[in-house]
Amino acid sequence: MSKSYTPGLKVLEKALVVKERILPLKGKVHVKLEEKLEADKIVASTKIPGNVQMVNIANALNIDPDQVPDCMLCKVDDVISKGEVIARSKGLFGMFKTEVKSPLDGILGNISDVTGQVIISEKPYPIEVDAYIPGEVEAIFDNEGIVVKSKGTLIQGIIGVGGEKKGCIVIESEDDVKDKIVVVKSCLTYDSYEKFNRLGVKGIVCGGIDYSTMTKILRRPLGVAITGMEKTITIIVTEGFGKIEMANRTYQILEKNTGKFCSINGATQIRAGVMRPEIFIGSNIELDNPSIFTEESLVISINSKVRIIRDPYFGKLGLVRELPSELMQIDTETKARVAIIAFEDGSEKIIPRTNLEVILSD
Amino acid sequence: MKENNIEDINVILATDCGSTTTKAILIEKKNNEYRLTFRGEAPTTVEAPFEDVTRGVLNAIIELEELSGRKILDGESIINTCKEDDNGVDLYISTSSAGGGLQMMVAGVVKNMTGESAQRAALGAGSIVMDIIASNDGRKYHEKVKRIRELRPDMVLLSGGIDGGTISHVVELSEILAASNPKPRLGNNYKLPVIYAGNKEARKEINSRLSKTMDLKMVENIRPTLEVENLQPSRDKIHDLFMEHVMAQAPGYDKLKKWTHCPIMPTPGAVGEIIKRIARKENISVVGVDIGGATTDVFSVFSGKFNRTVSANYGMSYSVCNVLADTGVDNVSRWLSYSIEESNLTNRIANKMIRPTTIPQTLEELIIEQAIAREALRLSFDQHKKFAVSLKGVQQERTISDTFEQKMSGESLVNMKDLDMIVGSGGVLSHAPRREQAYRMLLDSFLPEGITELAVDSIFMMPQLGVLASIHEKAAIEVFNKDCLIRLGTCIAPIGEGKHGDVIMEYSFKIDDKEIKGELKYGELILIKAGFNGYKADLSTKDSFSLGDKNNYIGDIFGGEVGIVLDGRGRPFNFNFSTDNRQETLKTWSLSMNEYPSEKI
Repeated sequence: MSKSYTPGLKVLEKALVVKERILPLKGKVHVKLEEKLEADKIVASTKIPGNVQMVNIANALNIDPDQVPDCMLCKVDDVISKGEVIARSKGLFGMFKTEVKSPLDGILGNISDVTGQVIISEKPYPIEVDAYIPGEVEAIFDNEGIVVKSKGTLIQGIIGVGGEKKGCIVIESEDDVKDKIVVVKSCLTYDSYEKFNRLGVKGIVCGGIDYSTMTKILRRPLGVAITGMEKTITIIVTEGFGKIEMANRTYQILEKNTGKFCSINGATQIRAGVMRPEIFIGSNIELDNPSIFTEESLVISINSKVRIIRDPYFGKLGLVRELPSELMQIDTETKARVAIIAFEDGSEKIIPRTNLEVILSD
Repeated sequence: MKENNIEDINVILATDCGSTTTKAILIEKKNNEYRLTFRGEAPTTVEAPFEDVTRGVLNAIIELEELSGRKILDGESIINTCKEDDNGVDLYISTSSAGGGLQMMVAGVVKNMTGESAQRAALGAGSIVMDIIASNDGRKYHEKVKRIRELRPDMVLLSGGIDGGTISHVVELSEILAASNPKPRLGNNYKLPVIYAGNKEARKEINSRLSKTMDLKMVENIRPTLEVENLQPSRDKIHDLFMEHVMAQAPGYDKLKKWTHCPIMPTPGAVGEIIKRIARKENISVVGVDIGGATTDVFSVFSGKFNRTVSANYGMSYSVCNVLADTGVDNVSRWLSYSIEESNLTNRIANKMIRPTTIPQTLEELIIEQAIAREALRLSFDQHKKFAVSLKGVQQERTISDTFEQKMSGESLVNMKDLDMIVGSGGVLSHAPRREQAYRMLLDSFLPEGITELAVDSIFMMPQLGVLASIHEKAAIEVFNKDCLIRLGTCIAPIGEGKHGDVIMEYSFKIDDKEIKGELKYGELILIKAGFNGYKADLSTKDSFSLGDKNNYIGDIFGGEVGIVLDGRGRPFNFNFSTDNRQETLKTWSLSMNEYPSEKI
């Protein structure tokens, strides 16, 4: 029988998490296999090529491009300093020589006898990748990075903005929020965001947010759900856009972990290799049966616990009562595969299967 | 799978792995003709926890098996060659746009000459063009290098210079490319494919600069002279490299490509193939559109010239908020026949972006979805009109360096008065609960002028037929004509502006021995039910109104599944959020077209 897969966000108290920590370019790995790591530990580093400038030597010396190599005083890959003479014309009878000085500190990248230009690269700048979550090195990719394995609580949001941050969890009503990750059960307003921004909060986890508030925070409309590079407080929205409260279970887990250190990442990419924002709280407790989900976990079946993810029942939780195999006509006159869902108040509704989300919890 | 002879092919399986869903169709030869028999669909599985596109393919095929009763799979492999016991298939083909499709950067010396030619080649091959780097694009060297590094394209098409012309500019572009040394988006461990399609005199220089660090391929010059554009060699090479490099990196494709009988084609490239065939076969001007979750592709053939644009950020799910941002809330709201708070509307649209596979469950939600579809189609068509232009720089005696200083203008090839047919494809059009809704979306966004036929892809299978056409044209054309293309009918839209209620056209049609006569008033939308046949028509416009280059028309007009629509709303079409009685007007138009259930609007 064909299977109905639905999207599913993880809300797991006992999860085994593995994270790849990979450099954008090849570089050096600084840790060993099975080494225990703190979240801030630098695990790999490399150097990104610096910006380049082209200098038109042929024009400056008033010569043909093919004469440029003969007039150069330095070679490709030479380190050069700002103001250093890098090319000199032969002059007339050895006199009236013209010189070209380097406009920057850098490395000579290329000498072109076709364009008459040379390329000078600024010195490379270093970049580092940290462990992001506390854990243990499970695998090493030579010169590229590592895999960190960790145990703890994992909660995925539906959309986020801002990159990786770390801090301790607090509930919004608390006074000391500086450098903390604040949990807001309801919808995040712009005024609250501004207040948290002034108080130096590192991250916010909230139930919902108005699209217009998100636009105000980003100072531009969010056009495509590819995020993570924003220079804002990292925000993780657990339910969606609108005045929606955080699901009770999610809130309870976060509340229980108040004061604990967590790693969060708002990066979201819904297209091409889905990435959801996340909150991870590391734990040293041994897990007998950590929650491991496979694709089969996303198959809806009778008694699956689901959340409705589209109006008119958006946000409601229920259990799958029936999965009729034939297509059924819904209010729009579309014929769709549906499920009959029983809500907590005892009512039952017919919902298109594509408007359901399996709740992956332990 | 082993190869089969074309004559022996009786059962064809075709899949299209879209960014949201994977569609599978079964085509069977019955009574000596090929017909679509069954269709299955399942969510695409390029993302975690699956990260294997074949999972979605298998699920869509399992649905086909259930519906058809034919056993196609043996475990996780496709049964090759159909047996007498109704098992297996003879041919399996696939298209794909999953994983973000093919993302390219193109480079040319002069932005609106070789740069645009390179862009046309890349778009025609089915890619998304992330940026055009050109010698005269106004950016400084380091800005270009930074941009290329940030983009991380799947592939680069480098062009520039006519054969025998100066080589320095295109060599300079190659030096910029070498200095930036971009890392491919998918995977750190392979060399970036670069296709060089510029001045052949510069090949040696280009080779010395790029061949060590990149996977450099040389093809014929894209613009050998100013008057000639030679796109096909570049397009063919893009297809080869798409398979070789990009698909090889996408999760599960190495497995999928072993299953298929011919190379997996990028979805838009396949749709373009089928649009070109319609135009050629019927000798007409065609505009085609494929509106997807992430992008909207527009294709046109005018005077035999094919163009494709991709509006990379206009779609119905992943990029739906970009449509909202670019068109504005008022332009979406103008299509709603009921009042809704702005924040409620924008939140609903944004929720579609983050949960892209959901479908509208209420009529209210469906109307919002179709409102935003109108705007996505309109914006994408506007972009297409600006891009589909005649070659620039032709018939002007000058050197390449001169062109830097001169303004060049290519005329748009899209002339609405010459347009014979609009074909719509994509979930929101193909799966609209009523065909009248698809008709209205196409009508309101493309605003055809004069006399134009409208059609939709019945169940969104043009991509599969596009790739099938390349190996089994007979099967593709038979299925296309009988099962794919749904003729909606003809739209007659007089051109001009008038006052509400003024008579702008007199009409008479002979339909099934009955004469239907009347007057079309300004602001009216009239639907005349008439099936897919030619009907004698006599049309006569009033005052300053016309039907393109004529005021009267006597001849055949085709009906269709919806019928003949007389659009008296004027061209240009002036309808916005502040239009008097907007909601009532919308309801009147909906009722006259039987667009939505009358008791619910």
